[in-house]
Amino acid sequence: MQRFIGRDQVRPDGPAKVSGRAVYVADLRVPGAWVGGTVRSDVARGVLLRLERDPAFDWSRVAFVTAADAFGAQGGDNVQALIVDDQPVLAERDVNHWGEPLALVAAPDRATLEAALAAVKPVIEPQPAQFDPELATVVFKTIRIVKGDVDGVFRVPSSRVHVFEGTYRTDSQEQLYIEPQGCIAWPADADGSVTVKGSLQCPHYVRKALARCLGIAQEKARVVQMETGGGFGGKEEYPSVVACHAALLARACGRPVSLLYERHEDLAVTPKRHPGRVRIRAAFATRGELLALDVDVLFDGGAYTTLSPVVLSRGCLHASGPYRCANVRVHGRVVATNHVPYGAFRGFGAPQTCFAIERLMDRAARELEIHPFALRRINALVAGDTTATGQLLEHSVGSMQVLDAIARSSGIDRHAWCVPRATTGSKARGLGLSFFFHGAGFTGSGEEMLKGRVRVDLLADGRVEVLAGSTEIGQGTNALFTAIAAEALGVETADIVLATPDTARVPDSGPTVASRTCMVVGGVLARACRILRERVGDGPEPWRERARRFLAQGGDGTATVTYESPPGLAWDDTRYQGDAYPVFGWAADVAEVEVDLDTCEVQVLRFWTAVDVGRALQPKLVDGQIQGGSLQAVGWAHREVVTTRAGRFEQDRLATCIIPTTLDAPRFDVTLVEVPYPHGPFGAKGVGELPMDGGAPAVLSAIEDAIGVHADHLPATPERLLALLEARCP
Amino acid sequence: MKPVFEEAAPVELTLRVNGATRTLRAPPLRRLLDVLREDLALTGTKEGCGEGECGACTVLVDGEAVLSCLVPVCQVSGTEVSTVESTGLASIQQSFLAEGGAQCGICTPGMIVMTKAWIDACRRDGVAPDEDGARLALAGNLCRCTGYGAIVAAALASARGGGAP
Amino acid sequence: MKVVTARTLDEALAALARATSESRLMAGGTDLIVEMESGRTRPDLVVDVGRVAALRWIRVTADGLEVGAGTTCTDLLRSVDALREADILVQAAREVGAVQIQNRATVGGNLGTASPAADLTPVLFALDARVRLRSAGAARELAVDDFVTGYRSTARRIDELIEAIVIPPRAPGERRAFRKVGTRRAQSISKVVVALTLDLGPDRRVRRARIAAGSVAERTVRLSHLEAALERGVAVNAIAAAVARHVASDVRPRDDVRSTAVYRSAVLERLLVRMLSETLS
Repeated sequence: MQRFIGRDQVRPDGPAKVSGRAVYVADLRVPGAWVGGTVRSDVARGVLLRLERDPAFDWSRVAFVTAADAFGAQGGDNVQALIVDDQPVLAERDVNHWGEPLALVAAPDRATLEAALAAVKPVIEPQPAQFDPELATVVFKTIRIVKGDVDGVFRVPSSRVHVFEGTYRTDSQEQLYIEPQGCIAWPADADGSVTVKGSLQCPHYVRKALARCLGIAQEKARVVQMETGGGFGGKEEYPSVVACHAALLARACGRPVSLLYERHEDLAVTPKRHPGRVRIRAAFATRGELLALDVDVLFDGGAYTTLSPVVLSRGCLHASGPYRCANVRVHGRVVATNHVPYGAFRGFGAPQTCFAIERLMDRAARELEIHPFALRRINALVAGDTTATGQLLEHSVGSMQVLDAIARSSGIDRHAWCVPRATTGSKARGLGLSFFFHGAGFTGSGEEMLKGRVRVDLLADGRVEVLAGSTEIGQGTNALFTAIAAEALGVETADIVLATPDTARVPDSGPTVASRTCMVVGGVLARACRILRERVGDGPEPWRERARRFLAQGGDGTATVTYESPPGLAWDDTRYQGDAYPVFGWAADVAEVEVDLDTCEVQVLRFWTAVDVGRALQPKLVDGQIQGGSLQAVGWAHREVVTTRAGRFEQDRLATCIIPTTLDAPRFDVTLVEVPYPHGPFGAKGVGELPMDGGAPAVLSAIEDAIGVHADHLPATPERLLALLEARCP
Repeated sequence: MKPVFEEAAPVELTLRVNGATRTLRAPPLRRLLDVLREDLALTGTKEGCGEGECGACTVLVDGEAVLSCLVPVCQVSGTEVSTVESTGLASIQQSFLAEGGAQCGICTPGMIVMTKAWIDACRRDGVAPDEDGARLALAGNLCRCTGYGAIVAAALASARGGGAP
Repeated sequence: MKVVTARTLDEALAALARATSESRLMAGGTDLIVEMESGRTRPDLVVDVGRVAALRWIRVTADGLEVGAGTTCTDLLRSVDALREADILVQAAREVGAVQIQNRATVGGNLGTASPAADLTPVLFALDARVRLRSAGAARELAVDDFVTGYRSTARRIDELIEAIVIPPRAPGERRAFRKVGTRRAQSISKVVVALTLDLGPDRRVRRARIAAGSVAERTVRLSHLEAALERGVAVNAIAAAVARHVASDVRPRDDVRSTAVYRSAVLERLLVRMLSETLS
C-alpha cells in the first residue's frame, strides 16, 4: 500500500508562504547592493547611432555599461545563449524591437538611477519595421509532417467526402505571474565565481547564459533560485536576460546589483505567447470519420529566435488534435518580425493549434449534423492507433475515459448543441466542448539528449537530501518530490530534505518546463531513491537507524541517476516521424457561458474538465494545476487582450492588462481519470500544460451554442462578438 | 520605492504596526508598502504592480483593507496597521495550507489579509459567510496559479471554522 | 514638492490658498498616487485632505442627500440614507474597483479628477447633483454638469475644494437605472457607463429625463437630445428609434486600449434601449 502517493501532503513551502516568511528576490536585503536599470530602444527597428549622455549629470556616481565596454576585452560574447546565437545581450548597432536593451545603469539608489536613465538618450535612425508575419521573409524554423496522401483525398470529388476549411487566429497572451522578473548578481569572488539569485524556472539555463556572456566556465557561474512568484513559461528563458544584465552591472561597479523589473517594464518587454494563424482544411466522411487534414501553421516569433523553433514544433505536433486520421499534412513556420520576441508560455504552441482543430471540429459537427461529442468520439485516437507522426499509441491512452467522464459530469452528450432556443431577457446561455491531448516531456529525442540527472544524499542523521535542478514555482515540485522520495525509500516525509536549486550544489535535471518535472525528473528521483534503499537494505529498525549504520559501515550514501528513455522510443527529427513524446495526457473540457445579448459580455459560469494524468501523485496539486491552467485558458478565450501598436505592447500596465478575478472565474468541476503510465513514477504523466489547451475552444463553442456565431479569433472579446452578431443580422 | 514619492521633506510620525508602536521619519508620500518592507523589514507584504491593481500589497489600516502601494504614510500616522506577519491569522493560514490555496505564494499574504477583513466584516454586519460573499471580497486580489477555487474554499473554511480569532 | 497634511477644513483651505495649477488635492490617493507612479503627474504641492473629518459625512436635509466629498465608496455602501435617497449611486460605488479601492476612493475624488471613465459621475449627472465648492474666502454651488468641463478638467479654481455633493430629493414618480460595462466584473475601468433617471407623471409620461454616460466622450456627457425627445413623449415601441436618432450627436466615442468606438456606440444604444424599455414598462 502506498502511504504518500495519491495522498495530499502539506506542501513543504506552504508554511513560509502563508506566514509571509518566504523569501522572494525582492525580499533579499543585500548590504551595499546597487540598483540596476536598462536603457531601451524607443523604436521597433533602426540603427543605433550613439547613446547621448547628458554632461550635466555626474556619471562618476553610477556604472554605465554598453556592448562596447562589456564584451571584447572582457572575454564574454554579446550573445544571449539559448538555441540560436542571434540575440545580443545589449544591442550594438542593429535595433530589432521596441524596448531592446541598449545599455545598463547601476546606481547606489533609485533616485540616482532614475536621474541617470533620464540623462541617457539613445539616438536611433529608424528603419522600416515588419509587423505582419504573413509578409515576413526571415523564417526561424519550418516544420513539415506528412502522413498518407492528403492531396489524394482532396483531389477526388465525391458526394461522400465533405470538406471544411477555416482560418483560426490567436492573439498573444501575457503570462502575468504576479511577481515580476528580477535577479540580484554579485561580482566575481576571489576564485572568479559569479553568483546570481533570482526569480526563475531554469537555473541551468541561466548558468549557461551567464557563462557565455561573462566569458567564464559554467562552473564559475552559480545560479540560485529564490522563491518564485509564478512562471507559466514566462520565467523559462527571460531570466537569463535579467541575470546577464545584472551580472554585467555587478562586474562594472564591483558590488552586488539588484535588477528588479517593475510591472510596467515587465509587461512592456518580456516575452509572451506567440500570436498564431492556423489554416485548416479537413475532409470528413458523411458519418463523421476524419479522412484528411491539411494544416498550415504560422507563428509570429518576434525579433529573435528565443524558443520559437521548439514552440513551433510542439504546436505542429498537436495540430491534428487527438484524432485518428490516415492522411495528414502539417506545414508550420515561425517567422521574424520586429515585435518584442515571443517566448514560452504554458502550452508552448499547442493552445494555438488546439484552438484551430477544435473550432474546425465544431464547424464540421454543425455542417454534418453530428453532435460534437459524437464527432469527437468517432475520431478519438485510442490505444493501437497511430498519430500524425506515425507514433503507435500503446500506453496510458485515456481518450475514451475522459470523453465518457465529461459526458457523465456535464451532460454535454445529451445537450442539443447549437439548436436555436427561445431566449427571454437579455442573456443567453450555452454549452461547449473541447477534446485534446498534450505530450508530456520534451519533444522527440529531447530528453535523451538532455539526460536530466538527480542526486540523493544520505545525511549523517539518516535523512535523505534530494538534489535536483527542478524548481518550485507554485506548481508543487517540493511536495511532489517529497512524496515520491518518501514513497520510493519507504521512509517518512520528515526524513526527506529538499536542496535549494543552486547550480553549485544540484545536478542539471533539465529545465522546469514541458510538463516534465513529475514524469521525467520525478521518475529519475524515484529510481535514485530505490537504488539508495536497496543499498541501505530493509529491516525492522527505523530508516534513520539503518541509514546511520549503513554510513558507519562505510556505505556509499550518494546516488546520482541519469534519465533513460523508456524502451522502444524512436524519433526522426529530420522527417518528423516516430515517437514525438513518450506519452500524452488526455482531457476534455465543457464550458457553460452566459452571454449578455446587449453587450456581448461573456461570463463563464461553470467549467467541467476530465483529465487523464496517468496517476495523480498529489491530487490537490493536480487539481490546482488543472483549475489554474483552465482559468488561464478561459481568460484567453474572451477577456485577456494583448495588442501591439508600432511594435509596442499596448497593455503595458496592470490596469489595462486584464486577467480574471474571483468574480470572472467559473466554478470548476474536475474529474481525474487515471490510466497509469507504466514508465512514469507510480504511473504518473505530465499535467502542467494540458489544461491550457482546451479551455478557449470550449468557451468559444459554448458562445456559438448561446448566440450562434462561430468566433474564429482569440480572444473572443465583446467587441469581436458584437461585430460577428451585427454582421449576421444587420 | 519610487523616487517621486520620496521628494517632500521627511516628517516624523507614529503608528502601530502589528501591535507595536513604531515612530519613524519618512517623506509624507512614502508608500506604506515601502515603509513596511524597507523601514520595518516586514517583507511579507508583496508588491505585484505598484498601481493598485493586483492586491498583493493588501494590509489592514484600522481594520479596513487597503492597498499599501497606494497609501502615503502620512495618511496612516496614528493608525493601527496589520500585515500578514500579525498574530491572529493562524487559522486562516491553516485553511490556506489545507485547501491548497497557496501555490506560488506571492498573492497569498494579500489574500490572507483580505480574508481576515472579510471575516471581520461578516461578523460586524451579521452576515453569514458564503461563496458569493467570499468571491466579492477577494475580487481585488489577483491570483494566476489557482483559478481561485482553492482560495475561496480556504476563505470559506476559515470563516465557517471560527476563522480568525 | 511640498505636502501639507490638513487636519481641518481650514488648514486645507489655507494650504490651497497657495496652490498653483500644478498642485493636487489628495483624498484616498487612488488616482493621484497612480498618476504620480506612472509619471503623468508631478505636483509642486499636494494638499492631503484624506483625514479631514469635516469632509466625511452623509446626511439628509431639506435640500436632499448631502454627501461630504471625503465620503468613501464603502461609506456609501454602508449608509442606509444613501441607499434610500440615491440607490444608483450606491450601486455605482459597488462597481468601483474592488473592496480595497472602495475603502479609500472618495466621492469628491471620483468627481474631481473628472476622468471620462469615472463610475460615479454619470450617476451624479443623472441625479441632478450640485457641487458645493469652498475656498478660504468663499463658497459656491454649481450644477455637476457645469462643474465637469472637459477631459480631466473642472470648474474648480485652484484655491477651492469640493466640500460636498448635494443630491436633490427623489421625486415621487422617479425611476432610476445604472449600468457599467467594464473589462471584467471587478477591478475594472469602464468601457461604457450609463445612468438615468426618469420622472414619470401619473399618466406615465416622462416629465423629466436625465441621462448621462461615461467613457463615450472626452468627459462624462448628458444625452440632452434623447432627454428632450423623451420629455416630448416617446411610445415604448418607439424607444429604439428614438435612441438611434438622438444619441450619436451627444457622444464622441474613441478607440482606446479598453474598447473601440464602434463597440461603445453600439453598446451605449443597446443599453439605453434596454434600460429605457425596462424603466418605462
